[in-house]
Order: sequence, then structure tokens, then C-alpha cells
Amino acid sequence: MNGSKLKRLHRAALRSVSFLVLLALWEIASRFDLIRPFLLPPLASVLARLASDLVSGAFALNAGLTLYRTLAGFALASLVGIPLGILISRHRLVGWFVEPIVSVGFPMPTIAFLPIFMLWFGVFDLSKIVMTAFSAVFTVIAAADGGTRGVERPLVWSAESLGARHGDVFLEVMLPAAMPQILTGLQVALPLALIVEVASEMLMGGAGLGGMMVQAASYADSAGVYAGIVETAAVGAVAVALMARLRRRVLRWHPEAAR
Amino acid sequence: MPSGFGERRVRGIFVRYAPLLIIALVWEAVTRLGLVSGTLLPPFSTVLLSFVTLLRDGTLVPNALASLMRGAAGLALAIAGGSALGAGMALSPRVDTAVGPLVQAFYPLPKTALVPLVMVWFGLGDMAKIVLIFLGCLLPVILGTYNGLRGVDRVLAWSARSLGASRREVVREVLFPAAMPQILTGLRTATAFAFLLMVASELIIANNGLGYLIGSLGDNGAYPAMFASILTVTALGFLADRGFAAISRRLLRWRA
Repeated sequence: MNGSKLKRLHRAALRSVSFLVLLALWEIASRFDLIRPFLLPPLASVLARLASDLVSGAFALNAGLTLYRTLAGFALASLVGIPLGILISRHRLVGWFVEPIVSVGFPMPTIAFLPIFMLWFGVFDLSKIVMTAFSAVFTVIAAADGGTRGVERPLVWSAESLGARHGDVFLEVMLPAAMPQILTGLQVALPLALIVEVASEMLMGGAGLGGMMVQAASYADSAGVYAGIVETAAVGAVAVALMARLRRRVLRWHPEAAR
Repeated sequence: MPSGFGERRVRGIFVRYAPLLIIALVWEAVTRLGLVSGTLLPPFSTVLLSFVTLLRDGTLVPNALASLMRGAAGLALAIAGGSALGAGMALSPRVDTAVGPLVQAFYPLPKTALVPLVMVWFGLGDMAKIVLIFLGCLLPVILGTYNGLRGVDRVLAWSARSLGASRREVVREVLFPAAMPQILTGLRTATAFAFLLMVASELIIANNGLGYLIGSLGDNGAYPAMFASILTVTALGFLADRGFAAISRRLLRWRA
């Protein structure tokens, strides 16, 4: 084993200390009845619940449904938001019309619209998908607008002076140059979509991680609540990792990929 | 200069937000012409009337105050705790090693998943919502402070040190001002999160607040009043964001 490897191992050990301390405190607190098991169920019971959820397929079903609805809404938001953001950066009239809507939509608590979407689209998947799309779309529009607006003019001019046609300049110069910022917007929008999806499931019940957790809480099943948080965090981690992977893939040509 | 300047400014704001007015007019027109069913979308004027009724019969203001109190308390705690933690992580490698991994593990968790947990721990009242908002807003504040302080050009700190500034002075007079834009970006995200978590937790379970009002009006089929409450919470979020932007501009005025 060489020196740098040893150093990395040392660092990883140091960084896991706070986790181990936390888990030890958890175990001590429940072992010596310092905290009621309703508030903090024993670590072992949460682990057992996680294992049984994994084996019974409950995790696959709930996490799959949550992830599916989140990604469907997110895809819808990207399909609408990226072209719209590019359009408003390039056409003044469209920009004038859409910009105030985005500046209201960006900071707004989008989940407040869920009752409206339930009224319009029913209580099944469609209303949840529209809800997640709605919660993500303003971030995507703002990123696509800012990205294309921020492309350096000389880049465009030199392509034009070399004889590139209008459409080519857009596809070959503008879009790639705006891509890092667009992807950053998507990376912010996806967790936002997941947050709102989980809240919608909690409100509307049914299958999915949010509905499962609310049910566990109303049955005073604390182990279920804690297991649900771990399972939701796992879905979140998968979503974050997928986006990071997509970014590396799309930006393979970009200097940031070499870092 | 003041009067002419003010008039121009008002006109600028009007031109900027005229599209919202157009949307309101189109909304009114499609419902009045019967293009959209009145139960799915009550006319804008009806929603406005409901807003006035909610305002006058004393429903809206107490619920809005209850929500804003929760949001402000949670956000204030997150700003205090998050900037302290973020600064600690940026300035001390030891704190970074201890807290950094926990922050990293907490990052991908969709914070609404904590709603049942805070219910179990703190019940159905204010405390549960304040803790939820605090936890949800903590990360953007930590990340903004941490990245802001870490991104400051080292040369700035070195030159201040060589001119005789103490370590504490360097942090206060050099590092924090230089990191301010990123800290403020984090705070802006946190403010939006506070509104989102406030409404989400009140919709899921509460006995007052704007989220509760929206949910209960919807359950009773009082749709015009429900739309009015949704527009209210949207307007409050927008005003908070604009107010925040104004404060940021003021704080960053020295940067030219």
C-alpha cells in the first residue's frame, strides 16, 4: 500500500467518526431507555424494517413509484422549460411576457397549487406529475434564460464571421456554451421536484414513499417513519447521482470534465 | 429629480408586470365566456371578492400571521445556526472533518420527508413546523456560507494579515464581506424553502396557517376562497423575495 492510499484511508476513517458517534449515541439512548422508543426506536428495529421492506418488495414498489412520478414531472419541466428559457432570452416580446411570471413563480411555494391540480387532474398520478413539473419548471426556465443570455458575444461573432448559418450558430455555439448553466438549473430543479413529490404523496396518500410514511406516523409506527426517511434519502441520493452523471456525460467536451 | 424619477419608476414597474394583468384579464374572459367551467376555475373577479371577504371576516390575517411567524422563526434559527456551522467548517479543518460528512449525507434527503418525524417528536403545533423549516433551510445557508468563505481569494487574507490585522479582524473585515454575495444567494434559496416547507407542513397537518386554510377551503368546496388564499401565499412569497433582493442590493452597494 503506498502513501497516498494510506492517507486517503486515514481521511475516510476520520470522516466516518461522526457517523459512528451518532449511531453509538442512538444505540445507547434506546438501550438505556433515555428516550422513549416511540420518539427514537432502537436502531436494530429500524434496520430490521429496512431489511423487510427490501425483501418484501415494498421498498421497490414505493421508491419506484416516487421516483417514476418525480422523473416524469421533471422531464416534462425540462421539455417545456429549456425551450421556453432559450426563447425568452432571444425574443424581446416573449421575454417581456414570461419574465414576470417566472419571477413570481421562482420563489413561490408551489405546493400551494396542489388542491387546484387535484381539482383539475384528479387524485391519481397525473395531478402529482403536473405538480412536480410545475414545481421544477421555473428554475429550469430561469437557468436556460440566464445560460443563453450569458454566452459571450465574441464567440457568436467569430462563428458568424467564419460563415456559419443562423441555425448552426445556435446549435453548435450558443447551446453548448449555455449547457453548463442549463445543467446546473436541472441539478437544482430535480431535488425540488422530489421534495414536492414527497409532500404531494403525503397529502394525497396511496402508494409511494410519502404516503407510506404518513401512514406509519398515523399508526404510531416510529420504526416505519425512520425507515421511510432512510428510504427517501436513498431515492434522493440516486436522483442526485443520476444528474451528476448526466452532467459529466453531456459536458465531456468541457474543461470542467478534466478536473 | 425625485418626482420625475418616481414617476418613471412606477411606469417601469407597470410595464414590467403588465403581463400579469393580461393573464388576469384572460382568466376573467375565458371564465365569463364559458370556455372553462366555473367550478374548475372561478372567475378572477369572484376570487378577488372572496379575498376581500376573507380579509374582512378576519380569516385571512390571523392565518397569514401564524404562517409568517413559523416561517420567520424557522428561517431565523437556520440563518443563525447555518452561518455559524458553515463558517466553522470553512475556517477550521477539524470542524469540517466532524460536520462535513453529516452535511453531505443530509444533502440529498428531500426535506419534506421529515414531516412525519417532526410530528412524532413535536406534535401538531407550531414547534414541529418551526423545527422542520429550520432543518430544511439549514443546508442552503451552510453551503452558501461555506462556499463563499472558501472561495475568497487567499491573497486578500494574506495581505490583511501582513498589514497587521488579527485573525479575528481578517474574518470579520475581509472574509465575510468578500463572501457576502454567495452567503446572500444561500439565504435567498433558504427563504424560498421556508415558504415551501411552511405551506407543505400546514397542508399536511395543522389547525391554522395559510396552508391549513387552503386545504380546508378546498375540502369544503369553497373554491373561490381557496384560489384567493393560494394567490395570497404566492404574493407573500414574491414580496419576501423582492424584499430580500432589495436588502441584498443595499448590503452589496460597496462592491460597485
